[in-house]
Order: sequence, then C-alpha cells, then structure tokens
Amino acid sequence: MATLREIRRRIASIKNIEQVTDAMRVVAAARLRRAQENIMATRPYAEKLNTILGHLISQMNVEEEALTHPLLEEREVKHVCIISVSGDRGLCGSFNSNVIRTTTERIQHYEETGADVTLICIGRRTQEHFERRGYDITDSYINIFRQLEFQTAVDVVQEFEHLYVDKTIDKVEVIYNNFKSAILQTVLVEQLLPLEPIEPEGDSLFLDYIYEPGQVELFEMLLHKDLNMQMWKVLLDSNAAEQAARMAAMENATQKAKELIDELVLQRNRARQTQITTEISEIVSGAAALEG
Amino acid sequence: MQSRSFHLEIRSPEKLIYEGDVTSVQAPGVEGNFQILYGHIPFLTALDVGEIRINESSDALRSMATSGGVFEVLRTGVTVLVETAEWAAEIDVVRAESALERAKEQLAEESPDLNRPSAEAALARAQNRIKVASNL
Repeated sequence: MATLREIRRRIASIKNIEQVTDAMRVVAAARLRRAQENIMATRPYAEKLNTILGHLISQMNVEEEALTHPLLEEREVKHVCIISVSGDRGLCGSFNSNVIRTTTERIQHYEETGADVTLICIGRRTQEHFERRGYDITDSYINIFRQLEFQTAVDVVQEFEHLYVDKTIDKVEVIYNNFKSAILQTVLVEQLLPLEPIEPEGDSLFLDYIYEPGQVELFEMLLHKDLNMQMWKVLLDSNAAEQAARMAAMENATQKAKELIDELVLQRNRARQTQITTEISEIVSGAAALEG
Repeated sequence: MQSRSFHLEIRSPEKLIYEGDVTSVQAPGVEGNFQILYGHIPFLTALDVGEIRINESSDALRSMATSGGVFEVLRTGVTVLVETAEWAAEIDVVRAESALERAKEQLAEESPDLNRPSAEAALARAQNRIKVASNL
C-alpha cells in the first residue's frame, strides 16, 4: 500500500490536472458558442444565394446548354480527390481519429475499384497522419481554424476546381465531422464535384429581369459561388464539431479526475488512521515497558 | 432636389455588412462599373474585384473594397452578396501590401506548381484594397 505522502502527492497532481481540463472545457464552450454564431450568420447569405440560383434555373429551363457546364459533367472515376477535414489539436475525443479512419476506408474503397486517390488535408492532424504514411497529398491547410476566414474556403475550392476542370481528377469528396448538436457529431462523406443538378425553384415573377452578362455566364458564376459556400459550411461545421467534441472530452476528464480524487481521499484517510493507530500503540507499549 | 432613397443590404457569408436606406450605389460589375438609383428595374449581375460606393440619404459617401459577388435589384430594394468586403477605413494597408508583394513574387518565380489564377486573383485583390484605402 502507498504511503501517506505518496497519496497526498497524487491527490495534489490530480487536482492540478482537473483544473487544467476544466479550464479547457470552459474555453471550448466559449469557442463553441462563437462557432455556432458563425454558422447562424451564414444562413441568410446561403438562402439568398439559393433563391437567386433557383430563379435563374427556372428561367433558363429551356436552354439545355446550361446542363453541360464543366462542374456538372460526370466522368468515369479514375482519379479521386478527397478533402479530409480534421482539427489542428488533439484532446477532443475521437474527433480526429474518426475522420482519419473514414478517410483511410474511402481510400481503400477507391483503390479496390482501380481509381487512384489524392488528398487535400485540412488540419494538422490528418496532414501529419497521411504524410507520415506516404499518401499522395496535393495540398494541406494548417492552423486555419484559429482565425477562420471565408477566403480559406475560396482558396481550397480554387485548388480542386481547376484540377477538376483540367480533368486531372474526376471526383471530389469531402470528409468532415458534421455538427448535429453539442452532444452529437457524425463523420460525413459528401460529394462536392461533380455538382448535383439543382432543381429549379420559385415562380416566374421575375420575367422582366435584366441579366448582365447572359444567363448562362451568371449561372456558371453562381455555381462557383455555391461551391465556395458549401466548402465554407464544411469548415464552419467541422470547427463547431471540434469544439463540441473537446468540450465533451474535457468534461469527461474533469469528471474522472473528481472520482479519482474521492477515491484517493478515502485511501489517504485510511492510511492516516493506520498511522495514528500505530503511533498510539507504540506510545502505549513504550509506556507499558517503562512501568514494567 | 432631395433624391429618393431605396433599401440596400450588403451581406457576406460571415456577416451583415450594411443595411440601410441609400440614394445611390455604385458597384464594379463584370462588364464595367455601374450605378443604381431609385426605381431601377429588376436586374441581376455579377461583381468583379473592385470598389462599392454607397451614397447615404444624409449625403455621406461610404466606400468598401470587395473581391466580387452577386448584385440583385428587385422592386423592394437591392441585395448585394459579396464573398469578402471591407470598409475603406478598416483596410489593413500593411497587410494588403505584404499580400501584394507575396503575389508578385509568386508570379515572378514561374514555378511549375504555381496556381496562376489563384496568384493573379490575390494580386488583384491586394491592389484593389490598397487603391480603395488610399481614396479615403
């Protein structure tokens, strides 16, 4: 059994750890709130963009040429680009490892069908994992989540979009943690390119619209903006999910530390009691020896 | 004569940048700069990298740098969706200048894995921000 002093030292060090994990939980909670606000802030923009796009498509139904846009073109899948979105730091439960596992499975799946895979890594965790194992990485983005900017999403899109238009790659997928709620995050695999055809929406209220340049050029531009928006949503979602996962992980750790301290306090009391009993019996037996 | 005003909303994916009544708005369309006044007919266009100028009802002129977006005029008002935009007063000129230098270097290097469209776009954005900031 551990000595009294050892137990006291362990209690002190676990208390320190508890303070650290609890502080991390509070920080993650604050960042989560900001991340959720960011998600909310994009909503009006995204809705407006969809409305405009829907109107435009309903106006140009007759023009078949729109459907041959390069970003909508489906090809036989020989080269795939997977964008793997993780965080830059650990201590957030299975957040990073889930993405890495799903990405590895996806790569295997494509290699079995004879397609080769290139990666775009977002976040230090996936980048380090796949680089060490010698995977083909086109580009990586690190430390973007501290100060998340829309321009980053635009840069990522530009990177894979020109590879897709060049026909260097035939399909683009993104793998990320979807933020369902503060307690639930799930890894999602979404196809970014080729784009899913968009359904026309809305009425013909806007027949007297002037379009500049033409409808087709505007349509192409809006598709591009929509793609930027999708990428932006992925980054925001992943960021919120990371903070939520870290918050939960740190809460568990703090809880565990508390339980451990309770247990050690019992042990400490027992050890102290034993020590006192020993001391008393020593004194008593010492006195008895003197009297004897 | 007091000109009539209409409602203008400028949004980026990150936040609402401007909302209010204005008498005119100038914007960098892909086919050239244009100006919208009260009573313009419905109109949809794309914006290029450039400067958006707003004339508020109080005759105050405000301007911002944008990297492009969508500009929609409806009977009810004007909505501008910009990907990024900064008020002239908020532009970090030092940062813009270092971005300009970086883009120039990248373009001068001619390395094989250079993403030329991306570097050229960065150059245009940096030049635009410096220009808008200096007009203040």
